[in-house]
Amino acid sequence: MTSEMQALGLRCEVGGFAANLPRRQRVAGVWRWVLLAATVVGVVVLSVLLYNIVDSAFGYVAVKAKVDPQTLAVDGVPLEDLSKDQLVEVLRAHISEGLMRRLEQERPFAERSREEVYTLVLERVVQPQVVESWSLTDSLLRRRAIQAEVAERYPGATLEFRRWLTADFLRRPQSSRAEWAGVRTAILGSLWVIAITIIVAFPLGVGAAVYLEEYAADTWFNRLIQTNINNLAGVPSIIYGMLGLAIFVRALEPVTSGTLFGLADPTTANGRTVLSAGLTLALLVLPLLIINAREAIRAVPNSLREAALALGATKWQTVWHHVLPQALPGILTGTILAISRALGETAPLVVVGASTFIVVDPSGPFSKFTTLPIQIYQWTSRPQDVFRHIAAAAILVLLALLLSLNAAAILLRNRYQRRW
Amino acid sequence: MSAQGSTPMASDATMRALARRPRLRESVIQAFLFVAGAISILTTVGIVAVLLRESLRFFASPEVSLREFLTSTKWQPQILEFGIWPLVNATLMTSTIAMAVALPLGLAVAIYLSEYASERSRSILKPVLEVLAGIPTVVYGYFALTFMTPLLRAIFGRDVVEIYNTASAGIVIGILILPLVSSMSEDALSAVPNALREAAYAMGATKLEVAVQVVVPAALSGIAAAAILAMSRAVGETMVVAIAAGAGPNFTFNPFKAAETMTGHIVRISSGDIAYDSIDYNSLFAIGLVLFLMTLALNILSQRIVQRFREAYE
Repeated sequence: MTSEMQALGLRCEVGGFAANLPRRQRVAGVWRWVLLAATVVGVVVLSVLLYNIVDSAFGYVAVKAKVDPQTLAVDGVPLEDLSKDQLVEVLRAHISEGLMRRLEQERPFAERSREEVYTLVLERVVQPQVVESWSLTDSLLRRRAIQAEVAERYPGATLEFRRWLTADFLRRPQSSRAEWAGVRTAILGSLWVIAITIIVAFPLGVGAAVYLEEYAADTWFNRLIQTNINNLAGVPSIIYGMLGLAIFVRALEPVTSGTLFGLADPTTANGRTVLSAGLTLALLVLPLLIINAREAIRAVPNSLREAALALGATKWQTVWHHVLPQALPGILTGTILAISRALGETAPLVVVGASTFIVVDPSGPFSKFTTLPIQIYQWTSRPQDVFRHIAAAAILVLLALLLSLNAAAILLRNRYQRRW
Repeated sequence: MSAQGSTPMASDATMRALARRPRLRESVIQAFLFVAGAISILTTVGIVAVLLRESLRFFASPEVSLREFLTSTKWQPQILEFGIWPLVNATLMTSTIAMAVALPLGLAVAIYLSEYASERSRSILKPVLEVLAGIPTVVYGYFALTFMTPLLRAIFGRDVVEIYNTASAGIVIGILILPLVSSMSEDALSAVPNALREAAYAMGATKLEVAVQVVVPAALSGIAAAAILAMSRAVGETMVVAIAAGAGPNFTFNPFKAAETMTGHIVRISSGDIAYDSIDYNSLFAIGLVLFLMTLALNILSQRIVQRFREAYE
């Protein structure tokens, strides 16, 4: 293969061409499969990734209680059948007076339901602890072996099949014990942060897109804005976190902590709040939002603008009554994609200063916060295996949220998309 | 609003008066739109200013010298050793491994999708890649730690591969940037006009020869731009390395050993309680500045390649 002519098989002598042909076709055939295999790798990786998560989110656990529930039976009535008052007595008998008083203070026992007291007894007295856990695959394929292993290594422990992703998991706040931890505070934190992000980024993003598409003349400054937006889209997200830390958390602390308005959360009182996080993510998704919105506005045909202008509408009337309504589905699709980006972001929020441990629901823009991805990050980085399971369960929650967002975007696109 | 009031009979003079009438609302709105557009400039200025200011403070402190920062291979803030090379080295290792995974695979996927795949298999494969692109990076971090690392340890032996290692993180980053490489390269390949393919077929070339010797060279600038952009993504990727690559700067060329990257270090230090204006705090911004300059250079290079070397076809 010395020249391109040969490479293309362009031998002048027909005999040589024919002799070479089977070999060339063989090579082409082999490579066809290689290329296909590379493509299939993508599909395989996606399946393995999902399988790996589901595998961890369900499976057998060996549970050992600190206090055997059978010893807690009152007059021969087993623990789970006791009345509320009896349960309160059990609780009083087994925990310190100080703790009892604190629980009473949090919410009087008179107001608590029987179920809540029962949960308290389990959590504080029985204290079932997961001594060992297995993946879903193991649980299904090696059931016998696991049963034998538990009987041998953990006498007194019970083997049960655990779904780590349960309704309770969604309702419970954060906890230092994996068995009792939930994602409630994380989900609420994510929602608060995303709300701030949308409120700030949507008007700014659409405004910038309208400016660049409808108003901006071809001056050096406007060209600078365009180049700049493209470059910003390529800045690593962690850099935005550092910007947020220096500007929103520190320089604008009186605003973002709420002290300026006298609204500061007494437990926080620094700039590491929902507001700082939301503003940081707003800057992060802005370039993405602008690029998508410009695309949508550009797709509106010029005849529409010219018709409006010809009827004497002002520039803004044209944009507001004709261009934006037509571009709205596209803009919204882009916005949803930007939101799902923000929902999955972790690094900038860690830098801005998400709280590592909060049990109180965030109640406003000046609260401390944690978000779903941050919770996943923290649980994944713990050395204990039990936390891997709840990390997997939290990932399933996050993926479900993202999936529904993306489904909404696709529906929107298919329903309202117009071709001109 | 006022324009609607004028009748078709309006004289030239009224029309001109209307056109020249000052419209407060319009100007206010236009001012808002301009500000919205200019916010992006402010963001860039903010990033550069913040990084520069804190970095200058870092280099101004007596314990630090710029020379040490740029040449030393030790990063140990506890004993005031600030040489950035262990962090840069780890970043380059994970990114190189990522590119070694993503470039051949991504290019093969792009060639298959653009040259071989039927309409039906495209409609299945493209969404799969889009889903891969939409998965949050923290999930990839989980995947690296709970799947890729055990896999590597099973293959190469538990004594060889540490629990945290740059190979696992690098491979998973490769998977993460695969959709970026493949979709951008596919766009470049699809932009090559059919006339070129048909000419090659007419001369007796096989499908592979057309793809590799005609279409790929014609789309080379787009593919190169995609590769460089992917490299920039890999350099800036944070969560995968923070979870799987290791917590502690380590100057090593062994991909099976733990080593902390620039991004991993920033995340680990800032997630702890650090005092503002301490030397640790300022050092993060110096690392951030290096990271920012690296990715910016790569992004600009990628844009330049597209502008300069693009073959424009009718």
